[in-house]
Amino acid sequence: MSREKILAAVAANQPASQPLPPDPGMNFPAGDLVEKFAAVVTAIGARVVGIGSVAEIPARIAELFQGGRIVSFIPELAEIAENDISPATDPHTLENVDVTILQPHFAVAENGACWITEDLMGHRVLPFITQHLAMVVTAEQIVPTMHQAYDRIAEGAYGFAAFIAGPSKTADIEQSLVLGAHGPRSMTIFLVGL
Amino acid sequence: MMERTHKDHAQLSDVFNEDEPRVNWHDETLWWVRQKRDRAAHGIPEFELLRETASQIKNNVLSNLSDYLVQFEANALANGIIVHWAANAAEHNRIVHSILEKHDVKRIVKSKSMLTEECHLNEYLGGQGISVVDSDLGELIVQLAKEPPSHIVLPCIHKKKEEIGEIFHRHLGTEKGMSDPQVLTETARQHLRETFLTRRIALTGVNFAIAETGEFVVCTNEGNADMGAHLSDVHIASMGIEKLIPKRKHLGVFLRLLTRSATGQPVTTYSSHFKTPRKGQEMHIILVDNGRSAQLGRKEFRNSLKCIRCGACMNTCPVYRRSGGHSYHNAIAGPIGAILAPNLDMKEYADLPFASTLCGSCSNVCPVKIDIHDQLYKWRQVIVQEGYAATVKSVSMKAMAFTLSSPALYRFAGKSGRLFLKYAPFAVSNQMNPWYKQREMPEPPAESFGEWYKKNRN
Repeated sequence: MSREKILAAVAANQPASQPLPPDPGMNFPAGDLVEKFAAVVTAIGARVVGIGSVAEIPARIAELFQGGRIVSFIPELAEIAENDISPATDPHTLENVDVTILQPHFAVAENGACWITEDLMGHRVLPFITQHLAMVVTAEQIVPTMHQAYDRIAEGAYGFAAFIAGPSKTADIEQSLVLGAHGPRSMTIFLVGL
Repeated sequence: MMERTHKDHAQLSDVFNEDEPRVNWHDETLWWVRQKRDRAAHGIPEFELLRETASQIKNNVLSNLSDYLVQFEANALANGIIVHWAANAAEHNRIVHSILEKHDVKRIVKSKSMLTEECHLNEYLGGQGISVVDSDLGELIVQLAKEPPSHIVLPCIHKKKEEIGEIFHRHLGTEKGMSDPQVLTETARQHLRETFLTRRIALTGVNFAIAETGEFVVCTNEGNADMGAHLSDVHIASMGIEKLIPKRKHLGVFLRLLTRSATGQPVTTYSSHFKTPRKGQEMHIILVDNGRSAQLGRKEFRNSLKCIRCGACMNTCPVYRRSGGHSYHNAIAGPIGAILAPNLDMKEYADLPFASTLCGSCSNVCPVKIDIHDQLYKWRQVIVQEGYAATVKSVSMKAMAFTLSSPALYRFAGKSGRLFLKYAPFAVSNQMNPWYKQREMPEPPAESFGEWYKKNRN
């Protein structure tokens, strides 16, 4: 059995146990979190749209996108978006979704990432297969760094979860940045209270 | 000299160096990536603390790896993941093939995995009549060109856009002469969307696996790993046994370092955490040794297993930048490849630890503080002792060791070197000495530091 062989070789060859280091802590210079988050989000190819409340989103969606198939689980968007997508949905039927608007648990100022677990995605493939993705973030939901992020996630249970930072992108051809590799072509952050 | 089955690094570099403008472009492009890394690293004052923390976490991992493997396996099984163990590349490839056979699948889609490059999975599956499509854009380009990747993060960094345009014209039907990255990327997007939607089995790599939770994390900018995995009935994830980290919270440290070191981005677009298969899906993890447990037993070299595959050592390396990834004739090129490869086959890769100036820049940028240039130096000694070095190299190294061991001889050698450079530069700058092929001779100093110090110390 390779399992026993590998484990025996590893156990025989690993050095004497070394302790884990102390956690690096959380007290790093943060600055204004909303300002920082908005600046990073813009730098990574997403756009920030300030809104007073979630109720404004349908009107903004009409301005910013060309319509098509829109998906969201936010109650205020029920008029414009379909919401009957679940883990039981055949993922292949989502190939023609144009715009998806989701609410992550929180966002991270230092890198513009939004943390979203499977239960907020409808189906795992949705945030990736949609042509355009939008996330609704409030100022209180922004944490400074990934350390606070994992502190918040803690023992949280999920089957699948992701940090999503900006639109899908590639620079594989001569380091020229192109947005819209295989996932969403654009990422919009609706920043509530900006 | 020991016979090898292929050209060595110096000979392969000669091929790359035939086109000087391309070498300069390659050099400048990678240095630009290195500068982006610097700006990102300097953007967070705690970067050095993070490097030290990451290094110590990895030391802890390597020194408790057997326990972490058992813990990870137990948690992954509890999460509903099927766990396989592969002692070597051949076993890994057979496991993948057996999963495909079980599901009667002949076509799969794969996202970036340097481990499958190391195992030559595509060639193996090709021989079994299985078609594999690489979905990372850079990997798709080199796959269509029938070449291996030349860089672990930037697989087709050696290719000009005009060449990529020609490849796309031939294989994906773009207009002849079209080389706009925007158009080419859109073409690949359309082509691969069809692939993602029609493949029932997807294979991905693994960036980090968490012993505490049994989950694994895959990082991409393109979203190709997620498109493949979430649309498939079966997800296979291949990982080297050294990819484990103890706790979920340690991802905070590693995700802050990985992309800042790799491309200068604050984080990859997607950091996807896979913990359980989705309902109705089958999820496999293959834990691969392939020489890692042996490397763990080499005290001087085990630190190489701390690598998180960011590629920073390649982008900064003056030799890599000017010789290209293919000159390393190994799945992983550059300084890190040159210290990993001899562990797998000391004879085959005996030339690689010599493909370095030992300037130390690789060690300085490594996010987990691997002593890369020290290991390159140590591998040279092992390779010469074991008799795998080319004759010219072992003779010159013996002469050097002899000279450096005697102060009188050292002074004499220094003086005669300066005289040679001054009065007979042809003696060193000639056809016998390849170092001077593209170089002008420097002005020799009038005296050595030793001589200057003797005169000026008072």
